[in-house]
Formats: sequence, C-alpha cells, structure tokens
Amino acid sequence: MNRRLSKSHIYGWLLLMPAAIFLIAFTYYPTVATLAKSFFSQGTAIKPSEFVGLENFESLLEDDIFWKIAWNNVVYAVGTIPISIALAILMAVWVNGRLPLKSIVRMSYFTPTILPMIAVANIWLFFYTPDIGLIDQVSRNFGFASHNWLGDPDTVLGCIIAITIWKEAGFFMIFYLAALQTLPPELEEAAYLEGASRWYYFRRVMFPLLMPTTLFVLINAVINSFKLVDQLFILTKGGPDNASSLLLYYIYEVAFSFLDQAYASTLTVVLLAVLALIAIGQFVFLDKRVHYR
Amino acid sequence: MSAIELSGITKRWGGLVAVDNISFRVEEGTFTVLLGPSGCGKSTTLRMIAGLEEISEGKLKIGDADMTHAAPSERKLSMVFQSYALFPHLNVEENILFGLKIRKIPPEEQSARLLKVTDLVGLSSLLNRKPSQLSGGQRQRVALARAIIAENSICLMDEPLSNLDAKLRHDMRIEIRALQQRLKMTVIYVTHDQAEAMSMADKIILIRDGKIAQEGTPDALYDRPATAFSASFIGTPPMNILNTVISDNGVMIESENHTPVLAKSASPVMLGIRPEHVKISDSQGIPAELVSGDYLGAETVITARIGSQEILVRAAGRVRVTKPVAAHLSWSDQNIHVFDSKSGKRNDSVQGLAV
Repeated sequence: MNRRLSKSHIYGWLLLMPAAIFLIAFTYYPTVATLAKSFFSQGTAIKPSEFVGLENFESLLEDDIFWKIAWNNVVYAVGTIPISIALAILMAVWVNGRLPLKSIVRMSYFTPTILPMIAVANIWLFFYTPDIGLIDQVSRNFGFASHNWLGDPDTVLGCIIAITIWKEAGFFMIFYLAALQTLPPELEEAAYLEGASRWYYFRRVMFPLLMPTTLFVLINAVINSFKLVDQLFILTKGGPDNASSLLLYYIYEVAFSFLDQAYASTLTVVLLAVLALIAIGQFVFLDKRVHYR
Repeated sequence: MSAIELSGITKRWGGLVAVDNISFRVEEGTFTVLLGPSGCGKSTTLRMIAGLEEISEGKLKIGDADMTHAAPSERKLSMVFQSYALFPHLNVEENILFGLKIRKIPPEEQSARLLKVTDLVGLSSLLNRKPSQLSGGQRQRVALARAIIAENSICLMDEPLSNLDAKLRHDMRIEIRALQQRLKMTVIYVTHDQAEAMSMADKIILIRDGKIAQEGTPDALYDRPATAFSASFIGTPPMNILNTVISDNGVMIESENHTPVLAKSASPVMLGIRPEHVKISDSQGIPAELVSGDYLGAETVITARIGSQEILVRAAGRVRVTKPVAAHLSWSDQNIHVFDSKSGKRNDSVQGLAV
C-alpha cells in the first residue's frame, strides 16, 4: 500500500516537474528574489550590498518622481479603461448586427490588436509629428496652429492614452462579440414585443448578461494599464519631464539606465502589491454582481 | 369582425419563398393551430403576425387596423417562445413584470396583476427564483404568465410544449386550453405535433411547403381530409394510403390485383383507409399477411401486407404477431377516402366498395 502510494507520488512529481521547473525559475524565484532585494542597498565596488530594512521604501515615499509617475499611471488607467471598454461594446454590438461586409469590418477593428505595439507607436509617431504629421496637416486646414503633441507635458499623456485605446478596444471587442453571439435572439425579440427600446434592452438585458465578459475584460485592462509601456520607448521615453512616464517604464529606467537594482526591486514590489490588491478587489466586489449562466 | 386576418401573406428570402400567399382569419376568442411538418413555414407565419419578420407581400389586419408594417409592440399581442426566452439574470417576478415596467404601469397595479397571474399559473411560491433554478414545466409557466399579464387579447405560441416530457406536455396542453377559455384569449399556436393540434384547436390550419393544405375543425380534418397529405399527417397512426390499378372489373389494390375496392374511376387514384376502420378476419375480405404487432397497452397496431403494400391495422387489446400469419382484411365502404394519384386531392366522385 505504502509502496504503491510512494510510486504514484513519484509519477505525479515527474509529471509536474517540467512545468514546475519553468515556473520556479522564471516566475517564483525572481519574485521572491525581487522581494528580498528590496530590503537590501545597492552594492557598489567599494560598498557592498547590505541589509537596510525598509530604507528603500522610505526613500520611495519621498521620491517626487515616483509620485508623479504613480499619478500618471492612475490618469492613464482611468483614461484608457472605461473608454476602450465602452468602445469595445459599441463596436461589438454594431458588427454583431446585420451589416454588409461584416467580416471585413470585424477584421479591421481587430487589426490594431495584431500589430506589434512598436509598429503601432511608429505609425502614431507620424500622426503626432509637429507640422508634417497627419494631425497637424489636417488641423492646419481648419486654421489651427502647429502643435508639438508629444513635446508638450499637457498633451503628451493624452496622446499615449489615445494610442492605447485605439489598440485595446478592438481586442476587447472580440470578447464581447463572442459573448453577444451566445445570447439567444429570442431574448431581444421578447423584449421588443413588450415594447422595450433598444437602449432599454441594452441596459436591462444585454449589459447585465455581458457582465462576466466585462469582469474579465476589466481585469485585463487594469493589468494592461500597468504592463503596456512599449509605446513609450518609441514615442517619448517617458518625457518631457516624466510627464508621460508610467510605473513599469520607470522601473526599467531605474534598473537598466540608473542601474539601481535595489530601488527597482522596491518599485516592482509596490507595483505587484497594487496589482494584487486591485485583482482581489475586483473579484470580491464585482463577482457578487455578475450573473453567470 | 375577426381578431386577426391574413390576406395573401408571402415571405421571401432572396429567391426562396418560405410562405406562399397564405390567407386565413382567426375569430375572436378562438384557439387556432398552425400545424405542419418542420420547415413548412408555420413559425415564419407566426413571426410575421408578431412583427418579428417583415411581411414581403400581403396584408395583415389585427382587429380593424392594418398592422402589415407595424412595430411588434404596436400590435398589442403577447408571445410564448419555444425556448421560453426568459431573462436568465432576472428572477421570476422581474421576468413576469418586465413588460409592465416598460409601459410604466403603476406599482400597485403591477403587484395586483402579478398576484392574480401567479395564482392562475401556480407560481406564487417561486417568485424569487432565477430561471436556471426552475424545472422545464415551471419555466413554461413563467413564460405563460409573462404573456398573460400584459392582458393583450391575442397570444401567439411557438411550439411552447416541445421542450417538455410527454406527461408534462399532456398536462400543460389541458392547462393552456383551460386558460385560453377562461381568459377568452385569441390564441394562434404553432406545432408540428398533430395530437396537440387535435386536442386543443378550435380550428386547425394545416400548412405544407408554405401553402395552406387544409383549414378546418379537428373533426373535419380527421373525417374528410382534403388531400392525401392531410390524411397521412393527422392521426396516430396515420391513414393508410394505398396505390391502386384500374382494370375492367373495377379498381383494385396494386399488387393484389384481385378484389375490386372502388367502383370505376377515369383517372388513377389512391385509396385511403384509417387503421381503426380495418378489421381482421379469418375468411372475409382481402387476403393479407400480418407481419408484426406494436403493442401499446389498450390497443395493438399491426403492420400487415397486401401484396407488396404495407397497411396498418388497429386492434383492441393485445394481439400477438410473432411471425407472419395469413389473414383477411375488410372494411366498410363508408370509411373509404379516395385521392387523386397525381394531385393528391380528395376525389369524392369515385365510389368505394365494401370488402
């Protein structure tokens, strides 16, 4: 009995091993190592790394750039998430209906998702370029003065937000489209027979039934708002004056430009904690309000 | 004035004609069944009456008003769907009150009507349940309640019982019919189940390939089928339709070629006889072979063979047919139906003979 149990144990572990090795090597060990590093100072040639307790976290609290960037990230999340979700629902409802050339419209909405963010950033870089860019060329015809969209701290974050919405809305649309196609058409017919307007049907029936999708998309969107920073490398490098920098980009800068691994680790720990809190919050508070079929 | 009147209603999808020039009237307070095999256009007809499908051609009147192109909600009718179309995220009460809330009926009246309707269909104790927590029969009742609470005089039902088991279907049949009579509703009911149609309808409209095959009371359809199709669609088991050959001695069953079953006929005809009108005897009638028996409790449906043609015979009680046996089949001339071989239309000019 005991022998057989231990034998099946070995089988079990052998089956788990390949995945476990990769997960430990590339996910759990770096996470734990990062957490450990955040309690140590950055070592140099003359001054080796030593345990400093919460000192890194204290300097983070006093770091004005960190707070500015954290605020940027909040603005970025609030600016991208609701609009891209609303656009996604709108596009999904539209391409779910009877429409000529439906598959072409669906495909063109999805195209921004397929493009790599770097390519997207290059396209938009041309749009935003002062004087010769698309936006300036068009707005000049209406008598607007040329504007350095990416060079102005007041407009740069808005420009980044616009790109992200453009890229993400089509991706989220696919999820909504899939969800819409599982809704039986009789529900809509029953509602119209009762005299419901399209808006009433959307508000009382369609949107509540899409809630599981919305929860899924919302979590993805929140994670993306902290994760998606590729465009910054091409467009702004976080500037001017950190006006367009986001947390992950700041971590990259601290770690690989300023070579301060300890402080980068501290920032990473904070970012992970914030993401975990948000994810737990969404599941706990929204799950109760979601109707799963 | 009739409650609903269709004149020349046609539905086309591109080149495909789903409903072809259908006209009928439904009188107020009656139960009309649209009956037909699947794909015959009966549901499409119903959906055109509801306004869920555009009418390609023809005119629809509800009451006195022309409703050919009116929006569904303007037609003042309720509908029960095959899938029930209950809103899965709303509980029973919210589902039933859905329409009243849209029309902003005062809350006191809403709750008064809710009380009355849930009492009527027996849902009072389930008001807080979600549809997923209900059985098929209970969901059916919610769908009915939602249709009734609107207090529209017209109710359309699209195969509402087809998702229920046999026992429940029978009970609901009686219940729906009783409800219709009690509330004096005008009901148009779509089904492919002829037993449902026979037991519930004041009038049956039999549809085939988008056209009306026959229209009439259940007895009329059963006793005088207008076409061989009506004859073979209605009744369980359906009417036997036998091919015949014309000879100098009269018309005989094809491949039997011996006993005249019909008097002279100028054109080729088919002989129709219902299984319950055929008697089995040892010596009298047409020689046949009993092939098998399907025992149903109160009766046995026997498959017999005359020459090479099969004929069903209904016999009371239990009849054992374990291996083919020779016998004779006989019937009275009163029970014979004659149909034209080509058109399938009823032909009363040919006289049937008793065998």
